[in-house]
Amino acid sequence: MNARSRFALALVVLGLLMTGPFVLTAALLFADAQEAERQALLEIMAPRLPLGALITTFGFILGVVVLRTLFRQYVKGLSSMSEKLRLMLSANRHYRVDAEGPPEVQALAQAANDLAQQRDELLTDVEAQIAHAKQSVEEEKNRLAALMSELALGVVVCNLDGRILLYNNRARLQFKALAQGPTSMAGGALIGLGRSIFAILERGQITHALENIQRRLRKGSSEPVANFITTTRSGQLLRAQMAAVVGTPAEEGGEVPVTGYVLTIENITRSFERETERDQVIHSLSDGSRPALASLRAAVEMLRQHPDMDGPTRERFVGVIEEEATRMSRVLDRTMTEFSDSLKTRWPLEDVLGVDLVAAAAQRLETRLKLPTKTESLAEDLWIRADSFSLLQAITFLASHLQDHYEIRELRFRLSSEGHMAFVDLIWSGIPVSSETLYTWELEPMTVGAEVNPLTLRDVIERHGGEIWYQREKAAHRAFFRLVLPVAATPEVNPEAVAAYQHAGRSESRPEYYDFNLFNFQDSGIDLDRKLSELAYTVFDTETTGLEPSNGDEIIQVGAVRIVNGRLLRQEIFDQLVDPRIPIKPEGIPIHGITEDMVRGQPTIDMVLPAFHEFCTDTVLVAHNAAFDMRFLQLKEERTGIRFQQPVLDTLLLSAVIHPNQESHRLESISERLGINVIGRHTALGDSFVTGEVFLKIVGLLNAMGIHTLRQALDAAQKTYLARVKY
Amino acid sequence: MTKKILIVDDEPNIVMSLEFLMKKAGFEVAVAVDGEEALAQVAKLNPDLVLLDVMMPKKSGYEVCEALRSDPARAAMKIVMLTAKGRDTEVAKGMALGADAYVTKPFSTKELVTQVTSLLGG
Repeated sequence: MNARSRFALALVVLGLLMTGPFVLTAALLFADAQEAERQALLEIMAPRLPLGALITTFGFILGVVVLRTLFRQYVKGLSSMSEKLRLMLSANRHYRVDAEGPPEVQALAQAANDLAQQRDELLTDVEAQIAHAKQSVEEEKNRLAALMSELALGVVVCNLDGRILLYNNRARLQFKALAQGPTSMAGGALIGLGRSIFAILERGQITHALENIQRRLRKGSSEPVANFITTTRSGQLLRAQMAAVVGTPAEEGGEVPVTGYVLTIENITRSFERETERDQVIHSLSDGSRPALASLRAAVEMLRQHPDMDGPTRERFVGVIEEEATRMSRVLDRTMTEFSDSLKTRWPLEDVLGVDLVAAAAQRLETRLKLPTKTESLAEDLWIRADSFSLLQAITFLASHLQDHYEIRELRFRLSSEGHMAFVDLIWSGIPVSSETLYTWELEPMTVGAEVNPLTLRDVIERHGGEIWYQREKAAHRAFFRLVLPVAATPEVNPEAVAAYQHAGRSESRPEYYDFNLFNFQDSGIDLDRKLSELAYTVFDTETTGLEPSNGDEIIQVGAVRIVNGRLLRQEIFDQLVDPRIPIKPEGIPIHGITEDMVRGQPTIDMVLPAFHEFCTDTVLVAHNAAFDMRFLQLKEERTGIRFQQPVLDTLLLSAVIHPNQESHRLESISERLGINVIGRHTALGDSFVTGEVFLKIVGLLNAMGIHTLRQALDAAQKTYLARVKY
Repeated sequence: MTKKILIVDDEPNIVMSLEFLMKKAGFEVAVAVDGEEALAQVAKLNPDLVLLDVMMPKKSGYEVCEALRSDPARAAMKIVMLTAKGRDTEVAKGMALGADAYVTKPFSTKELVTQVTSLLGG
């Protein structure tokens, strides 16, 4: 029996208690009395009956008030307290019951709080021990994660269904770089934990490679690896290597099961283009010069074999020779200028920031040679294509020779550029060196102290397709070696991405790029009977021009974050401003902080919705007050043809399911109840983060109430009173 | 009777030498500067041998060769392909399309004359 019906029952009992004895006594007296006495009694009672009824009614009302107060304080107060106690038991350990109401309830609250305090201390102690035990495991995981993030090769690990279990930062940047389209994430966000690799790579090729590996495994190959080259939707060329992740055989000597695979991915578009250019050069220099050579040769042979030919004919042949020779020179010149980059050595060079190179060299000289260094004008954002390791060796070699033979006490660095050439100058003052000395040094193996190096300075220079020379600044009594290196066209990883990555790395204890629990994660579809904790979610929020979708208000920002395997993946986000093409209502601007200027030039909703829809593939949608956001999305269905048909969970309704007696289900109130720090609210992405954390806590509480599956959660939400509010 | 040779090449500088060379060798010479003109000249002059460049505007040497070989009436006509494409695959293609000889630029004029003469049964 619930509290409300118990209260009603209590009222009935009170009514009976107040009227019952009187009515009973009166009835007994009346039954006992003689006819005349009855008449007399009636005469006495009848006029006074209203007064009696009035007093009784008054008494009854007084009784109701007292009863209600008691009920509120004890029954309601206690059930509200028990809800809060449950909260302390599960979602928010640090929550404490307020001591309000009558002294007994207050004492109970106090006692509960004390118990909780004691429990917390115990728990903290246990947790400390668990944490200690977990630490080594965690360290190992972190080492793996760190290793993966630093790899210069893109790595993606998938299970047999093609679900991504791990990816590293390079893979993320690679796929982000592949992304084409109007939104900030289009394509790039497609790499994500639990997402399908087939969104990025051709399913057929993966399956084929996997079959090859399995065949090799069965043959007992020690290196079950397959290579393939694939093109992406944006036409980029990727070289992938696949290695199997093997489990343990079911029986001794049985077949080794493949549980997943590791893909290392390299974007070879650029090197392929270079290769193609190189081919063109070779072609233009070989087949390209054949016609001209043929004309030359034939003309020369005519002249030689027919010395008797007449003057004008001879003149014409000489003219041919002159013309063809000039043309060939021109072709050669043009080829060398156009393709000079692709003609350079094939040694793998990487893009290095010039100042980083100088800093590394300076540090090396100071520690290895104890040689003080200084820098002069450094070109700040000069990127150099270099093999930084051999280049540092070369600089150290030069510096140590200068130190040994010319007793220099300081070396200065200067960094400048001219067109495609970057100059690294090593400057010293004092005794000049002769150019001949440099020539000898160039051909010596670069040996510094005990460190023997078979490479010569010339080798290193040639690797870079560079040059080195010696120059004097007579007026300043200084001299310098100038190393000429190729300037990098564009840095391979843009600084913004690096900054974003570094930021992410610093703010998080470790990047959320892997989740090996996903090895058993299967099936992409959303099954309503799956456990809430096993599903993948897209938690999203929108900011809008105003609050009336049906009156023409439009979306101005969409933010979303993914939840996979019970973790909020802060790196897998969607964050996009939208040009609403209508004015933003001024009253909203202080709340969401988005101005007209910020949305102008951003993609329109027609472009953002398809990208967002793709981001949400195979996930359940979660939003706070989802009906509001969904209304905006649905109003666009007809125009964009994009339908969001996946199940939607609303944290507002779910909060009402778990805490029906709490008055407020605003996001702030829920966060506070569940002990979630609210940072960065009122941007779509910030609110998505908060909603996501709230949702994760709520899932735990729903489980405690026996709501485990998506279907159960949807039903429970549907039944709450708040669900009936329509937008 | 003097044998007739048709020189087909779009580069005047090589045409000049070839024309001079073949005339000196005692042949009657005609010149065409692209594939279409070559077919027209063949129809008009019915040459005994065609010196055919591969890379030409309008119709390539390969196409001209194919067109000529598709006419059984001209089965006796010799075709020598002259090209700047020196790869085995291209030589194979030329021969497969019915050329009697395939000469890669640059070439020795003396050898070319010897080859042409022997093809024409001299």
